[in-house]
Amino acid sequence: MASEMDTGLRVELVAADRTVWSGEASMVIARTVEGDVGVLRGHAPMLSLLTEATVEITTPDGGVVAAVEGGFLSVAGDRVSILSERVLLAEEIQIDEAKAELDAAHGMPTSDERELRIRRAEARIRAVEKAS
Amino acid sequence: MALSLREYRARIKSTESMKKITRAMELIAASRIIKAQQRAQAAAPYARELTRAVSAVATFSNVDHPLTREEEDPKRAAVLIVTSDRGLAGAYSSSVLKEAERLAEKLRGEGKEIDWYIAGRKGEAYFRFRQRPIIQAWTGASDQPSYDTAADIGRVLIESFLKQQGEDGDVDEVHLVYTRFRSMLVQEPTAVRLLPLEVIEAEEGTGDEHSSGEVLPLYEFEPSAEAVLDGLLPQYVQSRIFFALLQAAASELAARQKAMKSATDNADELIKKYTRVANQARQAGITQEISEIVGGVNALADANSGNE
Repeated sequence: MASEMDTGLRVELVAADRTVWSGEASMVIARTVEGDVGVLRGHAPMLSLLTEATVEITTPDGGVVAAVEGGFLSVAGDRVSILSERVLLAEEIQIDEAKAELDAAHGMPTSDERELRIRRAEARIRAVEKAS
Repeated sequence: MALSLREYRARIKSTESMKKITRAMELIAASRIIKAQQRAQAAAPYARELTRAVSAVATFSNVDHPLTREEEDPKRAAVLIVTSDRGLAGAYSSSVLKEAERLAEKLRGEGKEIDWYIAGRKGEAYFRFRQRPIIQAWTGASDQPSYDTAADIGRVLIESFLKQQGEDGDVDEVHLVYTRFRSMLVQEPTAVRLLPLEVIEAEEGTGDEHSSGEVLPLYEFEPSAEAVLDGLLPQYVQSRIFFALLQAAASELAARQKAMKSATDNADELIKKYTRVANQARQAGITQEISEIVGGVNALADANSGNE
């Protein structure tokens, strides 16, 4: 029973041009526009908008952390799909690059674009921190 | 004898080197097609999930979104043509342009003016040569399109679609002309209407296990169905454009492979023909030399016999 609980969810993490990760997981944590949401087995069907943030997938043998840039989270019948134009797994992220981007974004004049870039870079840095 | 043996030999040589080039291009195209197909396959899950999500929202809420709203009196249509950046692909670019002209004819018949948007250098050149205006063109990577290009195209098209009628640059419809990759042998130019979106409430047959007769669950939308739709539809449009670009890329490579294969075959033919003619010329030369020698010997013998 316990082992079945461990793999209660079928998760697909999909970017526009590839499937980044897919497999069985016990829990998914993502940040929607309304706040953090954790999905366990038996969650009600849901379709929500994500912000630029990290997505954590807990699997029996550890977990996966990724940075997403907006997108959607859909949950239905223990099937979770996370869709985002761009998804980067923590191990794919160059931490130095992300930090440099964050600095560059802070230097920009105040605008929506600046906020967006800051959020993106921060999401990447956080993804790396969470993974390590 | 029209040409000397040496000239035929030179022709054979140049044809041979041309054959090597076309053969290499054929092989390159063939290996890239596989990659292009893999890319198309890799992009399929995203498109599938988006379609699922869109139809879920459409089924459970009253879809009335600016991107699905039909203009009552459409006056202007945008047409995006997906062509290639490079030639040497047989009739690939010209057949998609022909399809676009057909569509333009039809739209003009309905009293709509047309704004042209082009992807690929060949299409751009076609329009520039005829001095027809292009609103915007994207060039550079027709055989391996990136999602960023598709997203950029999508943003531009959606922006002009959302403008009010009478505003500068407003369009009421967006059409997309690209080449569909049916198989290695068959690629067909296709025209589809991209906007206003026709949202299909039931699933399209995507051929995977989730679509077959599954009832969509009663979703909860966060923050609201409208907001989710607002986020989904532009993504949906962009992913459809991306799909078209990927299909076009695969078609371009397939067309190039086919064109290069027939060029290689033609070169083979030519080499064979020239070799025959060259052999004939060589034989003729030898025959002539022999007859000259024989003639000379005969003349000498005649002169000698005359002396005795």
